Amino acid sequence: MFQLFLSGSLVILLGSILAALYRVIKGPSMPDRVMALDNIGVNLLAGIAILSMFLRTYAFFDIILLIGILSFVGTIAFARFLERGVVVERKRLD
Amino acid sequence: MSGNGWIEWLVGILVFIGVLFSFLSALGLIRFPDVYTRSHAVSKSANLGVLFILLGTFVYFLLKDGYFSIRLLLGVFFVFLTSPVVAHLLNRAAYRTNVRLAAGSIRDDLHDYLQTEEQKHN
Repeated sequence: MFQLFLSGSLVILLGSILAALYRVIKGPSMPDRVMALDNIGVNLLAGIAILSMFLRTYAFFDIILLIGILSFVGTIAFARFLERGVVVERKRLD
Repeated sequence: MSGNGWIEWLVGILVFIGVLFSFLSALGLIRFPDVYTRSHAVSKSANLGVLFILLGTFVYFLLKDGYFSIRLLLGVFFVFLTSPVVAHLLNRAAYRTNVRLAAGSIRDDLHDYLQTEEQKHN
């Protein structure tokens, strides 16, 4: 019963990932796409948490933390690129 | 094992709330008219849903196996800390790159404020 409930939750998470994918493909502006990709990362994190309950293993907790950090860093880099044109600014020598 | 059924009910309720929030944010992501309202839908409810799901996982492993996972708590803390920052930076990037508001919007206070600031500079 509980396993069936967890698989149903995974299917609903897959549906919301597909909705974000629709926004990535169609999104009229660039920040829309970046936001939807960040949402995909967050939903993926939740899916891995549910999967680790489904398989009853401790092995995926590192992956949860790792996906959170990577999604944050990638989105911050994209936001800086969209706003200023560069990600890492160079210090001029003069 | 039948005495442990309430753990699965508790975790099931937490996971159900989380999945519901995630689904609603996906609905908002599809249906809202412009980038700011979509960001409003995504940045709040999707991250709240993830917090509920991670909390459910934490409670499940704590009560079922007696395994206190500090990594899951760190994940909750990190998602809670970084989601508003991401939303803020993306909205600012969208506004600075002149992404228009939805057609029905009637107020844009930030635009007036930036205009007066620019006039003060010149």
